[in-house]
Amino acid sequence: MSAASFETAEAQRPPVQTGAALFILPSSALLFLWMLVPLGMTLYFSVEHYNLLSENGPRYTGIKNYLYLISDPAFIDSVVNSFVILASVLGITVIGGTLLAWLYDLAFPGAKIARLLVIAPFFVMPTVNALLWKNLLLHPIYGFLAFPLRLLHIGPIDWFGRFPMLSIIIILAWQWLPFAFLILLTSIHSLDHEQKEAALIDGAGQWTIFWHLILPHLKRAISVVVMVEAIFLLSTFAEILTTTAGGPGTATTNLTFLVYSLGLLQFDIGLASAGGIVAVVLANIVALFLIRTASRNLNPPDPAHQ
Amino acid sequence: MRSKTNWTAFVLGWTFALLIFFPIFWMALTSIKTETEAYAFHPTVLFYPTLENFRTVLTQSAYLRYAWNSLYVSAGATVAAMVLSVPAAYSMAFHPTSRTPGLLMWMMSTRMMPPVSTLIPTYLILAHFGLIDSRTALTGIYALMNLPITVWLVYSYFREVPREILEAGRIDGMTAWQEIWHLLLPISLPGLASSALLSLILCWNEAFWSINLTGIKAGTLTVFIAGFSNPQGLFLAKLSAASVLAVAPILVFGWTAQRQLVRGLTFGAVK
Repeated sequence: MSAASFETAEAQRPPVQTGAALFILPSSALLFLWMLVPLGMTLYFSVEHYNLLSENGPRYTGIKNYLYLISDPAFIDSVVNSFVILASVLGITVIGGTLLAWLYDLAFPGAKIARLLVIAPFFVMPTVNALLWKNLLLHPIYGFLAFPLRLLHIGPIDWFGRFPMLSIIIILAWQWLPFAFLILLTSIHSLDHEQKEAALIDGAGQWTIFWHLILPHLKRAISVVVMVEAIFLLSTFAEILTTTAGGPGTATTNLTFLVYSLGLLQFDIGLASAGGIVAVVLANIVALFLIRTASRNLNPPDPAHQ
Repeated sequence: MRSKTNWTAFVLGWTFALLIFFPIFWMALTSIKTETEAYAFHPTVLFYPTLENFRTVLTQSAYLRYAWNSLYVSAGATVAAMVLSVPAAYSMAFHPTSRTPGLLMWMMSTRMMPPVSTLIPTYLILAHFGLIDSRTALTGIYALMNLPITVWLVYSYFREVPREILEAGRIDGMTAWQEIWHLLLPISLPGLASSALLSLILCWNEAFWSINLTGIKAGTLTVFIAGFSNPQGLFLAKLSAASVLAVAPILVFGWTAQRQLVRGLTFGAVK
C-alpha cells in the first residue's frame, strides 16, 4: 500500500463526529500523564538538593546539580561512553546489516531458513544475551572462544576486565545487527526487481548494482535504522548491569547507568534527576530527526524520488 | 543467470547465518549437558544429552513464579494497550481532524523518551503507594510504554480497511461501537493479532523497568536471569536451561511477527 496523505484522506471523509474524537481521549490523556508527571518531577528534583540518605529534606539549589554533574569526571565519562557505544554499534550494525541484506536478497538454497537464523538474536532478552556472552562465550577459561584462542596459544583473556567496552559493544552489536538486517532486507525487497534485471542484462556486475542501485534505495531505511537504534542504544542498561556493572571504574558506565547508580544506589535524587534531564535532551535531538523522517512518509511520496 | 544456483551467495549466506546463530545454538547445547561437561576445559561436543537441568530449573528454583509474572504482565499490558488503542486508532483512521497527524506524532514521541529520565520519580511515586515489586504497577507501565506502538500499528491496519464497508454499516444505522465491534474488528483481526504479538514480545524482553521496579515477588524472567550475574557454584548448564526456556517461546513468536516488527519499530517509515 502506498503512503496516502492525511490531507487527501480527510477530503474524502465526512466531518468529524464529536463522539469519535472522544475515543482518543483515554489513550492520549494517559500518555500525557505518563510523560508529563514524571518528567515534570524529574525537572523539579533536578534543581533541588535532595538526598534520601540525608536527614534534611529537599531544598532549592538552582543549577548546582547541573554544575556538579559537569565537573564530575564520571559524568563526562558516561556521556563519552554513551556515544562510543552508539557510534561503534551503529557502525557495525549498519554496515554489517547492509551487506547481509544485500547477500540475503540473492536467491540461494535455504535462504529463508538462513534468514531466520540471522534475525534470531534480536528476540533474545537483554539479560540472557549478556550472560550468555559473559559466561558461555567470552569466559576466559570455560567460554567457547577460549578454546580456539588456546589452540593459537593466546590467552586466557579476561574480556570484561581487559576490554570491557569492546565486550559490551560485541554484545550489543550481536543483538542489533539482526534488527538492522531485518529492516534493510525489507527495504531491499521493495526495490523494483525489473530494474535489477535490466542492469544485469546491461552487463552490470553485482557490485555495480549494489553501489548504484541498492545503496541509494536503502538511504531512507538506513536513516531509520540509525535513529531507532540510537534511541534504544542510548538507553542500554541491563547488558551493562549484568556484565560489568559499569566498571571497571567508569569504563562502561553510560548515562543511563550513571543515573541509575546516582539515584537508586546513592539515593541522590537531585543529581540523578539532573542526569535524567541531560538524557532527555540527548534523546530528543535524535528523536526529532526520526519523527521528521516518519512524518514525511505520511505525506504523499515525493515524485522526484519515484 | 537466474536459473543457475548462486553458490557464492549460498556459501556466504549459510556461513554468516551459522556464525550469528552459534551463540544460541551453544546455549541450547549447554542446556542439555551436565554441569561438569559445561565446564569442561575442552568444549564437549559428544555427550549424552540430559534434561536434568530443565528439571532442576523447573522444580528447585522460583523459575515458575517468574515465568508466570512475565506472562501475567506481558498479557495484561498487551490487553490494556489494545483496548485503549482500538478506539483511538478508529477515530484517527476514520474521522481524522487537522490535529490527527500532530497527535499521532506526539504519541510516537512519548515512546522515544529515555526511560531513565523518568526512573527516579516513577520509583518514588510507586514507593509512596507501596507499589514497588508489584505486578499491577509493572503491567501499567508496560501498557503505557507500548501504547504508542499499538496505536500506530492498529491505525495503520485500519487505514487499509475499505471505507465502503463501514459506510454500509452506517447506512444500516450502526453506531460507532457497533461498527468497530461487528465490522472493523473481524476484518482487521490478523492485523490486530500481530500488533498484540509485537507488544507481547516487547513486554517479555523488557529489562529496564522490571529490574529497577520488581524483585522476588513480581519479578519477570528478565529479572530471574539477571540473578545469575552473581552466581554461586556451578551454574552454566542451569543458566542455559533457564535461558532456553525464557527465550524459546518469544523466538517462535518473533519469527512469525517479523513484518509487524518492521512496521511497528520504524513507525511505518520502511515498507
